[in-house]
Amino acid sequence: MSDATDTDEQPPALPGDGLREGIIDDLRNRIGDAIVDTHITPNDDLWIRVQTDAWRQTAEALKAAGFTFFSFISGLDWMPSPYGKGEDDPTAEPKEPDTEIRQGVTGGDTRFQVFARLVDLDRHVGVTIKADVPDEPFAVESWTTVFAGANWHERECHEMFGIGFNGHPDLRNMYLPTDFEGYPLRKDFPLLARMIKPWPGIVDVEPMPVQDEAPDDAPAVEDGAS
Amino acid sequence: MTNLSDRQQLSYIASQAADARLNVELETEGMTLNIGPQHPATHGTLRIICRLDGEQVIWAEPSAGYMHRGYEKLTEVRTFPQVTTLVNRIDWLGSFANEVPFILASEKLMGVEAPPRAQVIRTILFELSRIANVSLFLGDLGVQMGAITPVFLAFRDREYVLNLIEGATGGRFHPNFDRIGGLKDDLPKGWIDETRQTMVKLRKFCDIIEDLLFGNEIFQSRMRGIGIIPADVAKDYGLSGANLRASGVDYDLRRDQDIALSYDMADWKVWTHPDGDSFARCWIRLQETRESCKIVEQLLDQIPAGPIMTKVPRIIKVPEGEAWVSTENPLGEMGYYVVSKGDLGPFRVKIRSASFNNISIVPWALKGVYVPDIITILASLYFILGDIDR
Repeated sequence: MSDATDTDEQPPALPGDGLREGIIDDLRNRIGDAIVDTHITPNDDLWIRVQTDAWRQTAEALKAAGFTFFSFISGLDWMPSPYGKGEDDPTAEPKEPDTEIRQGVTGGDTRFQVFARLVDLDRHVGVTIKADVPDEPFAVESWTTVFAGANWHERECHEMFGIGFNGHPDLRNMYLPTDFEGYPLRKDFPLLARMIKPWPGIVDVEPMPVQDEAPDDAPAVEDGAS
Repeated sequence: MTNLSDRQQLSYIASQAADARLNVELETEGMTLNIGPQHPATHGTLRIICRLDGEQVIWAEPSAGYMHRGYEKLTEVRTFPQVTTLVNRIDWLGSFANEVPFILASEKLMGVEAPPRAQVIRTILFELSRIANVSLFLGDLGVQMGAITPVFLAFRDREYVLNLIEGATGGRFHPNFDRIGGLKDDLPKGWIDETRQTMVKLRKFCDIIEDLLFGNEIFQSRMRGIGIIPADVAKDYGLSGANLRASGVDYDLRRDQDIALSYDMADWKVWTHPDGDSFARCWIRLQETRESCKIVEQLLDQIPAGPIMTKVPRIIKVPEGEAWVSTENPLGEMGYYVVSKGDLGPFRVKIRSASFNNISIVPWALKGVYVPDIITILASLYFILGDIDR
């Protein structure tokens, strides 16, 4: 298969972990101690968690470092859902809900986090940036002055999680009515459709009947009959 | 910024002038024009509110959300294999392409990889969805300008591709065919030959569309120099796919990332265009359809023998972790940020869809243009409503 790629041009080099470490060092020179934690999955991806105060500064620094392509901003709610997945067997004993808040890659101290992704189009490498969102003030700085495309993403994040973005020109709702109460993507916002009617897919998770136990005198099912 | 022609400069100056007028609030008594949410010229239920000064747009704002289905919330109450059914419906014209990045992200978290045969077939189906998606765009392009013929040709030839997708997966629009660890089924008998013949038809279709539309004087005068997006603005807004490449940025996720799809087995080219106008965006898509045909034709000769499914447990539990995978979908970069807590289903899925970013540039791009250009600029940006609202 290797000869199929034999062309005059060498395929562009794909980023390695050395490059990712270099990016962290470069960012450390630019924003100093604002980096709280970093994480590299070998040959895969890079995460950087920064202090909440340095959220916009990080965007500026990374943009200056070549990460000019803005991919997305969104939020994370690390509290396990108190409602479960709505797929539990209704006849079984109710399970003790998991209430422990465990943050994912690069850790964290708060229930809510914002995360965003920027890409360097020349070096073909992307980075995921995270920051904690404290309860008071429940907001981070807006990225709209750095990346114009952040506008809609921050509106969406504000609507879905309630996270504020200081300096955003217009945090109107995008999807929901203006007087809608609650933040749908928070884990404590119930998915009403599931509350009202249990998921019929519950049938799928029942144990399969064991083949051997089928009685010998069971009537044969004709092909095509349903 | 790239070198601009006189015409491009004029359009840029007009947008600056509109900006200035808006800022000092000197506009004469304007008019608010509402397009949609059910206007035939939009692809679904997007609503655009424009404020006009004479014939010129001085302010425009798309109002999305008429089709929001809450997939990010719904994924949290699904198991991993069930999620593909949902994400199929994000970009409904190229639906197989929506499944792939999610499956790849799940596979990355689980540490499994599809066998080579499955990867090649995945890539072929991925490109077929791109052809099905973009060929409709090419036909629809004419309708936006009052030409009816191209859309009939597009629907006819797209049908061949849909038949192929149906033949392989069983579903015309929503294949739901990709599985963690491989594919649901192998290809049916005779499918490869049929695909080869269809690709010849699709190349012919591209030639016809190029003749009918791209060489057309009216088409050119309504597209060239209209809706210019410079590269730095495009990157700021996160434009992706053909919209980004039309602004001269050489970036394609099929080539520029290490991903478990078989693009490196084919010899193909990433097209860019320096102009960044509506014409460039359409032209890039036309060339990409041809490249897709090329990729499919080459991969058909190289499908390796072997299983189509690797060994995965019957009940799939994904280990704790976070993964981001994005692919070059027909509309642009589509990615899933999957957070798993070791359960049967994802803890959180952030869906980054291409059209959301591609449409967020509309307030910028429509500033200063004339009313008839609204439609052509929107058409050339190419969005699918389900891909904006998710």
